[in-house]
Amino acid sequence: MSFAAKFEAVDILFPGSADRGARARMQTALAALDAGKTRNDIIGLTGIVVGAADVNLEIEQGEIFVLMGLSGSGKTTVLRALNGLNTISRGRITIRHGDELVDMSNPPPATLRRLRNQAVSMVFQQFALLPWRTVRRNVELGLELRKMKPAEMRAAVDQWLDRVGLLQWADKHASELSGGMQQRVGLARALVTNPDILLMDEPFSALDPLIRNKLQDELLQLQRTVQKTIIFVTHDLDEALKIGNRIAIMKDGRVIQVGKPEDIVLRPATDYVAEFVAHMNPLTAIRAASLMRPIEALRAADGVHRFNDHQDYVLHLDTSGQLIALHRDGAASPFHQPQPGVRCPPGSTGIVTGQHLLKDIVEIRQQTTRPVLVADNGRIVGCIGTTEILDALTQAGRADYRDNTAALN
Amino acid sequence: MTLLAHPETWITDHAIPVGTWSTDFVNFVKNNFQGFFDGLSNVLGFLLDGTTSLLHAVPALLLIVIFAALTYAFKRSWRMALFVFAALLFILNQGYWDRTLETISLIVYATIACMAIGVPIGIAAAHRPALYRVLRPVLDMMQTLPTFVYLIPTLVLFGLGSVPGLISAIVFVVPTPIRLTYIGISNVPRPLIEAGQAFGASPTELLWKVEIPAALPTILAGLTQVIMLSLSMVVIAALVGAGGLGEPVVEAMETVQIGKGFTSGLAIVIVAVILDRVFRPNKESSSA
Repeated sequence: MSFAAKFEAVDILFPGSADRGARARMQTALAALDAGKTRNDIIGLTGIVVGAADVNLEIEQGEIFVLMGLSGSGKTTVLRALNGLNTISRGRITIRHGDELVDMSNPPPATLRRLRNQAVSMVFQQFALLPWRTVRRNVELGLELRKMKPAEMRAAVDQWLDRVGLLQWADKHASELSGGMQQRVGLARALVTNPDILLMDEPFSALDPLIRNKLQDELLQLQRTVQKTIIFVTHDLDEALKIGNRIAIMKDGRVIQVGKPEDIVLRPATDYVAEFVAHMNPLTAIRAASLMRPIEALRAADGVHRFNDHQDYVLHLDTSGQLIALHRDGAASPFHQPQPGVRCPPGSTGIVTGQHLLKDIVEIRQQTTRPVLVADNGRIVGCIGTTEILDALTQAGRADYRDNTAALN
Repeated sequence: MTLLAHPETWITDHAIPVGTWSTDFVNFVKNNFQGFFDGLSNVLGFLLDGTTSLLHAVPALLLIVIFAALTYAFKRSWRMALFVFAALLFILNQGYWDRTLETISLIVYATIACMAIGVPIGIAAAHRPALYRVLRPVLDMMQTLPTFVYLIPTLVLFGLGSVPGLISAIVFVVPTPIRLTYIGISNVPRPLIEAGQAFGASPTELLWKVEIPAALPTILAGLTQVIMLSLSMVVIAALVGAGGLGEPVVEAMETVQIGKGFTSGLAIVIVAVILDRVFRPNKESSSA
């Protein structure tokens, strides 16, 4: 997989006032940074704010890459460097635009404008719609700056308005829309230019939780068809875990861990990350593969597999690990693969994949009143009973999950 | 006289020749650029007097109907149109119609000139903090300096008539659109600017597609103020022979005619009310 954007040793320092001493102060600040001085030291010494320091990231094409951190951690600073809204002090940023690799480390204005118009577009936290324009005219912005013909522009814009469900609102003014609708306009405005990279700067933070959740789902839905490289900034770990294919955790301008959501949850690199993880919502973060009891642990002395909660509940597996039959108290017991949105038949054991979230598993467990089995390409790899669910919720079994996941990988 | 023995006398005896300097400066300008000022005076005089004669050529009643119709087209309000009709009829009735036409052409040109000069300067100042730092004391001075003071050099340079009245009005009024445009442009929300930039707008595109539309309500508020401030200059303009509704006021003052002073003053107020009501931005259009 080739990268869509790459940061190499990027430092972003905000010089403050641009007077005659600015250059010398910047040199001092960079030297202090190299000497390992902290952000506070550098502000005290030079008045220069270190926005981001030594950022090395490689963002892959088609992934949703989340920059996560508290306010002041530098996540937005890094994001804004990608379209030149922040200039970088040192290092190198490269982005892929079609077949072309472009150096985005403070490019000439004409190049910057071309890339902003064609390669990188942005969704803003406070929507940043032009209030005197109608919804349609707002979405047109990028194409209008491309000097596209009005008829062509209108066709492209209306197609996107339709995709975000706002075609009926096209002639309203942006201020007449609710926050969630305004951000859909922001999303349509960014996507209508068909960019290589979509930057999203805390796009859902200004919305209330229900709408936020809905827009997250819509974004994931949209991503299945558009397959854009999305760089998403958030301070909400639950959102990061839900949205992100990979997550970079930032603190004090530095990236402290990059990894898949499970990596962050199960193998926090530092105490800081671990503390973050402790506050997350396990229901939407932990997946079946990490909380299950591995099938090997269920193997009884007589060679069959028995559920730990219920010893007369027997699994019959063939040599490849496929489930042939289930027996409960001597009688054959049904099993099935739960479908989203369909209620599970009570008494039938559900078989899920390792990717299912804890909240799905709790639901299946509740509807079937049976433990849940986990399969990987048809092979049963583990089982989730009440004990495992409770452990996951209380996080008491964290060490176990780590071992399990390690065994799976 | 020594400094130590009689300090006060010494100070008054050695007056810094500020007055002489300013006289010299105005004379220098007059002697060296008389051609330019004559040309400017001729052009402006032609425009002003031409417009007045043009308005004059239309029968008064017809013009009143046209003004009322324009008010309706602009404001979509029968009440307002009716008010304009009745008010102008009253001015005609009191015998100030010709004066009113002169005043209207003065205001029209003062407004055009002030907006044409003020808006670009305001935009330039908003984009260049250094320029605004230089500009601000100059604007303060233009607005605080008593009008009569710069009436004198204007008279020297442009002679008597409607032109020096126009120039004085411009000097007095132009700081307002500069300031309001500056405020409007510099208060455009940062995210809107960044949205424009993030989609690849050049500085010129940013100005026309984001900054000016965002600042438009403030700039239009400036337009209303420019019109009213220009009107407030009519009496002073009359002192240098600009004619208009200020002239009967000046005459009434010199000859102590209470009735004339009152009616001419009332005519000015009526024109002011009409202009204010008609040019005050609609609530709907200010957000569009």
